Amino acid sequence: METYAPLMKIDKLDKYFGGLHAVSEVSFDVHPGTIKAVIGPNGAGKTTMFNMIAGFFPPTSGSVRFNDVMLTGMKPFNVAGQGLLRTFQNLKVCDNLSVLDNILLGHHTRSRSGFGAGMLSTRKSRIEERRAVEQVMPLLEWLSIVEMKDTLVGNLSFGEQRSVELARALAADPAMLLLDEPAAGLNMHETEELAGRISELKAQGRTILIVEHDMSLVMDISDEIVVLNFGKKIAEGSPAEIQNNEEVIRIYLGGSDA
Amino acid sequence: MLKNRMKQYTPVAILAAAILLIQLITLISGTGYLLTQLTMSAWYVLAAVGLCMVMGYAGQISMGQAGFFAIGGYTTAVLSTIDFTDRLSGGLPRLLDSMHMLITRETIYGDTMTYLTPWASLIAAILIAAAAALIVGIPVLKLKGHYLAMATMGFGIIINRVVLGTKAFGEADGITNVPPFKVLPFFEVSGDFNIRIGNYYFAWLIVIIAMVLLINLINSRSGRALKALHGSEEAADAMGVNTARTKVIIFMIGAVFAAAAGFFMTHYNGGIGPSESSVVKSVRYVSIVAVGGMANIWGTLMMGMVLNFLSLRGVFGHFDDAVFGIILVLIMMFMPDGFIRKAVFYDIRNFVNRKIIKRGDK
Amino acid sequence: MTFDQVLQYIFSGITVGSIYAFVAIGYNIIYNTTGIINFAQGEFVMLGGMIAYTFSGFMALLPSVIIAVLLTAAVGGVIENVFIRRMRRTSVLGMIVITVGLSILIREFSLYIWDEQIRALPFFTGSEISSVEIIGARISPQVLWVLAVTAVLTVALYIFLKFTLTGQAMRACSENPKAALLCGIRTDRMISLSFMVSAGIGALGGCVVSPLTQTHYAMGSDLAVKGFTVAILGGLGNPLSAVAAGLLLGLIESFSISVLPMAYKDVISILILLIILVAKPSGLFGSRAAAALKDY
Repeated sequence: METYAPLMKIDKLDKYFGGLHAVSEVSFDVHPGTIKAVIGPNGAGKTTMFNMIAGFFPPTSGSVRFNDVMLTGMKPFNVAGQGLLRTFQNLKVCDNLSVLDNILLGHHTRSRSGFGAGMLSTRKSRIEERRAVEQVMPLLEWLSIVEMKDTLVGNLSFGEQRSVELARALAADPAMLLLDEPAAGLNMHETEELAGRISELKAQGRTILIVEHDMSLVMDISDEIVVLNFGKKIAEGSPAEIQNNEEVIRIYLGGSDA
Repeated sequence: MLKNRMKQYTPVAILAAAILLIQLITLISGTGYLLTQLTMSAWYVLAAVGLCMVMGYAGQISMGQAGFFAIGGYTTAVLSTIDFTDRLSGGLPRLLDSMHMLITRETIYGDTMTYLTPWASLIAAILIAAAAALIVGIPVLKLKGHYLAMATMGFGIIINRVVLGTKAFGEADGITNVPPFKVLPFFEVSGDFNIRIGNYYFAWLIVIIAMVLLINLINSRSGRALKALHGSEEAADAMGVNTARTKVIIFMIGAVFAAAAGFFMTHYNGGIGPSESSVVKSVRYVSIVAVGGMANIWGTLMMGMVLNFLSLRGVFGHFDDAVFGIILVLIMMFMPDGFIRKAVFYDIRNFVNRKIIKRGDK
Repeated sequence: MTFDQVLQYIFSGITVGSIYAFVAIGYNIIYNTTGIINFAQGEFVMLGGMIAYTFSGFMALLPSVIIAVLLTAAVGGVIENVFIRRMRRTSVLGMIVITVGLSILIREFSLYIWDEQIRALPFFTGSEISSVEIIGARISPQVLWVLAVTAVLTVALYIFLKFTLTGQAMRACSENPKAALLCGIRTDRMISLSFMVSAGIGALGGCVVSPLTQTHYAMGSDLAVKGFTVAILGGLGNPLSAVAAGLLLGLIESFSISVLPMAYKDVISILILLIILVAKPSGLFGSRAAAALKDY
């Protein structure tokens, strides 16, 4: 794996919230075509990490490089423009839009037509729009949500809304997919289905960074795992290495000798 | 796809038919005088649908729409009432004349008057409104909720006070004797009795064009981004929508619609007064959008047409402004999704069905 | 500008500043218990002045002011009970729209009762021409009344919020409504009370300044925006610092008249609002940082 240049380089990322040191000097790389997972107990700084990468708030210090582009300091929409598309732990779907429109929103960065072209409904904008629909339809089929494409997202079940979010991020044909606790709130059957889907995405050659709580899911699907505790990276390695790491076991099993 | 496009424009065809039908009814019933208020309603509708995009679709409350209406109206009122007759030798008038931008006409007192063509002031009105929306919008649209409402209301009050306190804007009297706007050699926008029908059709034609543009926008990539902004700003942001820019652009579009409405209304009425920029007027636009169902340009159009027509006919009497207050309160309490929405038709149908079924049971 | 003029400006600034403070205190009290900005807040000031004016025709000034305060407080209570209470689940947009609607209703209702004329309560002591001399400047005794009432109100409010059980309960509602409810505080009642208190305070302000600044049915929306400016300037949620902020804005406005045309004085204070909202909307940014922390 070291032979490839990393797609993403995270260097000494650090975040203070007032007096709280949420993330302290965490570094790791993500290589193309792999699935990297960030795990850790509640409050370990996973989501903070994630939000810094996605541009939702700036780090106190440190940097994130993606394809040699400095992401640090970018706004979320710019990060998306670089091909990093995210999902949300607490669903953020647009209730006022249909399933298809929600997913087409993910296609935003792949089209160009602006307000003027939209108002005049230029030929180019219509062709672009038609192409967008064509490009996202396979995603709806893959997630078996085709028949509800015109339903308002607000009327869908939680699991279905999760699927919509995944499809939305994929609609951008992302260079890297950022999944923020994708299994949160899913039942066991749905989690298995999700694991299958993530594996399929990997088989397609997608690079994925996943922040997750569910250990078994992470062990199944990821190539490499970073473990955070109290904002610090305490271990990094393959699932097998992590499973045998004593410190990780202690944290997860709540060792009394800590 | 083609079928979709046809379906999308069906309401436009219905609107056009309704406009034609209304004119025929006034013709047959000899109530042609109603066309005056219907024409003015059209101009107010233009400003209201602009606000509908900002407030209903993009979810950004604006309590200063009347300010933009006034910017459009006052721009042309000032520019087209400057008489160049005695100053034609000056540098600027000569330049304007060489560009064919000056018009000469006889006033009602028999003098000749040379003034700037309203085409130029139309462009000026649109540019000034767009610039004002840009300058105000960039900082203010970063705010949300109450703060945004107060800030936009503040903008409206500023326009109102500037108009009221500046001699060039006629202070409390406003500006009168604004010349007609000659759109075509045989047609002008003015309150002239003889071209009332023409003005009625012209006003609604502009509204129809505006509606087509907005329908296109709503069904486009940018329109989707707008609606997404309302649904979840964070999601739109994460999907690559430049939310700040999108908000400012739609705010500018709304402002341009209002300014164009103010421009035409001023030429139609032959003048404009400070009440057009008042907070109460801005609230009126908000209540029309709310009662129309917020994210519903057709609802806004229907309610804007009906309510403005009734208001202009003086049906509400002393309670003209109060009616709009009542509408806001009642709608928010009992029908927060607005009055014009699909569910209402379902409700009516269910209600009728139930009545019929009950009767059948007996 | 002579020293005498400067003093005149200062006193007139303090007078108008006090009304803004009254409105801002009202905003804060309601905001603290509900998180709502009540756009009808300026209307309470107008109602207070108008009602007291009407009653002062039949009775002495003091009872008519008391009646005005009580009646306006009742209006505030009715607004909360009839409208706001049903709207708990509405969006912020809905809340704005409904309080704006209510403000238009109150104002049109007042137009119907009191017509377009500008009214003014009689001077509490002396008359229009009587004056007191303070460090060389001649000012109306009513200015002293305004100052005294503002000072007493500020102190009373401080004691109420800090030391009485009801005041503490009201603060608890703002800190954490659910916890307050669990502690046995009737949050509904506290919200009603906050509307009544803030309406009453607005009305009292409307009465004391009426002799100086007059009362007009349409004065509410301007006061709403300027009172809001003051509330933001002082930090939303902090009724006491609103007093200082109100006096500051009053002074700025008052001195601006010496440079700019009178008609533009509202423009100045609204520009200040826009600048503050944009440059330092501390409430807004503060809450965003807090939300981010919670998410983590």
